[in-house]
Amino acid sequence: MIPVCPTTALPPGEAIRVEATEPIAVFNVDGDFYAIDDTCTHQDASLADGWLDGCAVECPLHASCFDLRTGKVSGPPAKTPVRTHKVVVQGGTVYVQPGTAADGAA
Amino acid sequence: MSRTVAVVGASLAGLSAARALREQCYDGRIVVIGDEAHAPYDRPPLSKEFLARRASLDDIALGAPDDADLGLEWRLGTTAVGLDRLSHSVLLADGSEVRADGVVLATGARARRLSGSEGLGGVHVLRSLDDAVALREDLAAAGRLVVIGAGFIGAEVASTARTLGLEVTVIESQPVPLAGPLGADMGAVCAQLHADHGTRLLVGTGVAGLVGTGRVEAVELTDGTRLPADVVVVGIGAIPNIEWLADSGVALGNGVLTDARCATNVPGVVAVGDCAAAWSATRERHVRIEHWTHALEQPATAVATLLGTDRPTPTPVPYFWSDQYGARIQFAGSRREDDVVRVLEGSCADRSFLAVYERHGHPVAVLGMNQPRLFTRWRRQLRAAVLTHS
Repeated sequence: MIPVCPTTALPPGEAIRVEATEPIAVFNVDGDFYAIDDTCTHQDASLADGWLDGCAVECPLHASCFDLRTGKVSGPPAKTPVRTHKVVVQGGTVYVQPGTAADGAA
Repeated sequence: MSRTVAVVGASLAGLSAARALREQCYDGRIVVIGDEAHAPYDRPPLSKEFLARRASLDDIALGAPDDADLGLEWRLGTTAVGLDRLSHSVLLADGSEVRADGVVLATGARARRLSGSEGLGGVHVLRSLDDAVALREDLAAAGRLVVIGAGFIGAEVASTARTLGLEVTVIESQPVPLAGPLGADMGAVCAQLHADHGTRLLVGTGVAGLVGTGRVEAVELTDGTRLPADVVVVGIGAIPNIEWLADSGVALGNGVLTDARCATNVPGVVAVGDCAAAWSATRERHVRIEHWTHALEQPATAVATLLGTDRPTPTPVPYFWSDQYGARIQFAGSRREDDVVRVLEGSCADRSFLAVYERHGHPVAVLGMNQPRLFTRWRRQLRAAVLTHS
């Protein structure tokens, strides 16, 4: 597991980019944490810089939308989903488990 | 017999129109006519990742896995040469015609060429996939590149060529590059990127002609200077592809003239994307927008007009981006010459900033360099402000 940050450093509505082999974006949606691949599947842009709207993130470059829970594309121009990653909160710290899909994700 | 809609143009605007037709529950026949032989592909990477061989043709395909469900009839590699306004027939170069009930004009634009460059090897424009493949091959064997025009295409090609190790000179006729879209102050900041990365930028200089027989050897400037060149790229703007409509009765200007909802003067014929000049209520004239996002979003309005669906007239906030020398430049809004520009975050010297253009104290446009997160927030605020005031 990769430690991301203290929960207090990632308030609701915020996102953080985690440097891993493939960068990961971690989001706080009203107290629930989600992690997906940070790089948009359409063209090179960081989804951690995107606009968070409920459980969807809009890419800052071309406005492709992804569902944070499943990684699925919810708005074009992206065609391919992003991977989800499992998030664990332990002792006030947010961790991600790269390569392990989040519970409930396709 | 079921109805037919002919979509003339198979790039982003045409494909988006076909998708919008199905999204808006049109279940008749859709024929998509494209003059290029290729299936729809994305053009922005042609001057960047594709030119640098970091993206393949598959990577830049516009088609999606579920596009097969759209049930489109493709007529690729076929140029439309005329439109009969009464029968809504699209006449094709091979002598055949497509009879339709509705027509979407999405024929795009083509790169403006330098007069006198015809037939001279090593001289390129960059608009199509074939252009990009030819330029890519030529750059692989070249040492010196001269780019004519420091607009976005020119700057992106220069940037890519630097990463490929070429010696690059960019010539700009205006005193400041990108002054049209960004204003002189911010244009000058963006132009600094060239010097940062070892590209020579010559401004306020005209091109007298190209030197060489069979193949280009140099570019001659109006002051007599000769710049040796193995390859020349001409990036001096685009011309809408509307000549084929000259005898159609469709009203033409700098593009196919439409109202704010994409309707032309001919019932059942709408126009979208780079070939169309739609009426802008705020600017009180027809405006032809060549932006990617516009070609993606505008067809939904045109299709609603064609189908007679009730849909609010859009009030888009124009948006474009450019990637140069590793810097991401993003712009949204409508700028006028007398707007006041202010840097709110970061600094131009760091090549990381957010600048806002203000008119009578209100933000009307925003420019970001390497500030995607902040830029996205401002772009959304502008959109919200436009919706409130319209």
